[in-house]
Amino acid sequence: MELSTPSPWGRLGWGPMYKTNMNNNNYFGTLFSGLCSLGTGLKTTMKEFFTKKITEQYPENRKELQMFDRFRGALTMPHNEANEHRCIACGLCQNACPNGTIRVVSEMVETEDGKKKKQLVRYEYNLGSCMFCQLCTNACPHDAIAFSNEFENAVFDRNKLILTLNKPGSVPSPNPSTRAGSKMSEKNK
Amino acid sequence: MFDFSIVTNWIHEWLLSLMPEGWAIFVECVAVGIGIILLYALLAIILIYMERKVCAAFQCRLGPTRVGPWGSIQVICDVLKMLTKEIFTPKGVDKKLYNLAPYMILLASFLTFACLPISKGLEVLDFNVGIFFLLAASSIGVVGILLAGWSSNNKFSIIGAMRSGAQIISYELSAGMAILTMVVLAGTMQISDMVSGQSNGWLIFTGHIPALIAFVIYLIAGNAECNRGPFDLPEAESELTAGYHTEYSGMGFGFFYLAEYLNLFIVAAIAATVFLGGWMPLHIPGLDGFNTVMDYIPGFVWYFGKAFFVVFLMMWMRWSFPRLRIDQILALEWKYLVPISMVNLLLMAIIVTLGWHF
Repeated sequence: MELSTPSPWGRLGWGPMYKTNMNNNNYFGTLFSGLCSLGTGLKTTMKEFFTKKITEQYPENRKELQMFDRFRGALTMPHNEANEHRCIACGLCQNACPNGTIRVVSEMVETEDGKKKKQLVRYEYNLGSCMFCQLCTNACPHDAIAFSNEFENAVFDRNKLILTLNKPGSVPSPNPSTRAGSKMSEKNK
Repeated sequence: MFDFSIVTNWIHEWLLSLMPEGWAIFVECVAVGIGIILLYALLAIILIYMERKVCAAFQCRLGPTRVGPWGSIQVICDVLKMLTKEIFTPKGVDKKLYNLAPYMILLASFLTFACLPISKGLEVLDFNVGIFFLLAASSIGVVGILLAGWSSNNKFSIIGAMRSGAQIISYELSAGMAILTMVVLAGTMQISDMVSGQSNGWLIFTGHIPALIAFVIYLIAGNAECNRGPFDLPEAESELTAGYHTEYSGMGFGFFYLAEYLNLFIVAAIAATVFLGGWMPLHIPGLDGFNTVMDYIPGFVWYFGKAFFVVFLMMWMRWSFPRLRIDQILALEWKYLVPISMVNLLLMAIIVTLGWHF
């Protein structure tokens, strides 16, 4: 709905109050279309009155609380059962991060067939300086990192916010690129 | 139907046996006054709690839940907080008028509140031009608002007060006209007669089409008279901070807040009296068994039930519609509500003359 503009008075609000798709030039047309639109509004709010309320009563329902899938709690690096992650230590996430939150420590190793390959040593993530913009997960070519729904991130010491995301003893997945096409399905693991 | 005048007469005679008549009447006046003030405060607390819960439900929230079961003590805590706050008088205000203004508003709403027929025999002010008095007393409130705006020495306050004055005086016209329509149908201005005249059907049913139109017009005008949304631009917080009560703190603000909610209740209670039969139970002519069962429910339960139903309707309106501009508010009143209520009054007069009502 917008103010009717055809007449000079309409601009001042002295004309018909609202422009609708019904006849907006006569008095009763605007009156009844106005009443109908008010009725629509009342119907909408009455429907809302009886819907399930969206408020989560957090500390009480801590056990059964379900966060929304797209909620960004903290950055994680999903590992599979064999303790393999998909990070290839390319450093794109580190470059994408506007806050310098991520530090990828890598080393050069030589594979059996004599090729030199970069391998992840430590994936450092500072939760305290992260602004949850998701630029790192968007930059990642292999979906090696994802945001979890965990939101209880409070700790007593700032140093505890500096996390190492790759688990101890984890190894890179031998074939990480197979997952590259499934960006959407893997994002929320 | 239990008649409370038995109780009140008994109290009167008991007091007469103790003291001369002048003193007895004085004691009764004081007792009634205290009763009204207590009921007023209690209703304000219930209404504020109801508003918070109903508004929350309309916005898909839960509302207060923390203090007491379902947040029921929240409002009492708010009142206590308000009472302990410092009463602050800003520099440059007109002290006398500044301090008088909240009491003017409270006075208007007490006077109107005293007119409400809560149950059979429980009318405080009841005389032959009751409705007329009620309309007159309710319009004292605008004086308080204008005084508050004027004496605050603040441009936001004065703009808010001026808007409020324009709005309340305009909408009083159509509210009065809607009530007049029902006075034509009821044939009396005495509130107790009006209620007892509805024993064979509430006026909104007996008056059918014009009564329904008058009810809708009264609800719209009533919302505007309480300065409640969508007509809450006298205190449009985005442009006028808090409007006419910007400069008030502590209980000065508390009185405005109290009066705002009680005016909501009073408007709803007048609608319940004039349109929905006051304390009169729902009677369907011909169904005697049903009628006697309905008579067992006490009058004040009916009265508060109806009044809170209308309060709910007004809250529904408030939390559904966006705020209007001042020119839109005046256009709605003068171009739509006033002509329609005039024609409606005429229609009702014709219907009553020709006997086309039930």
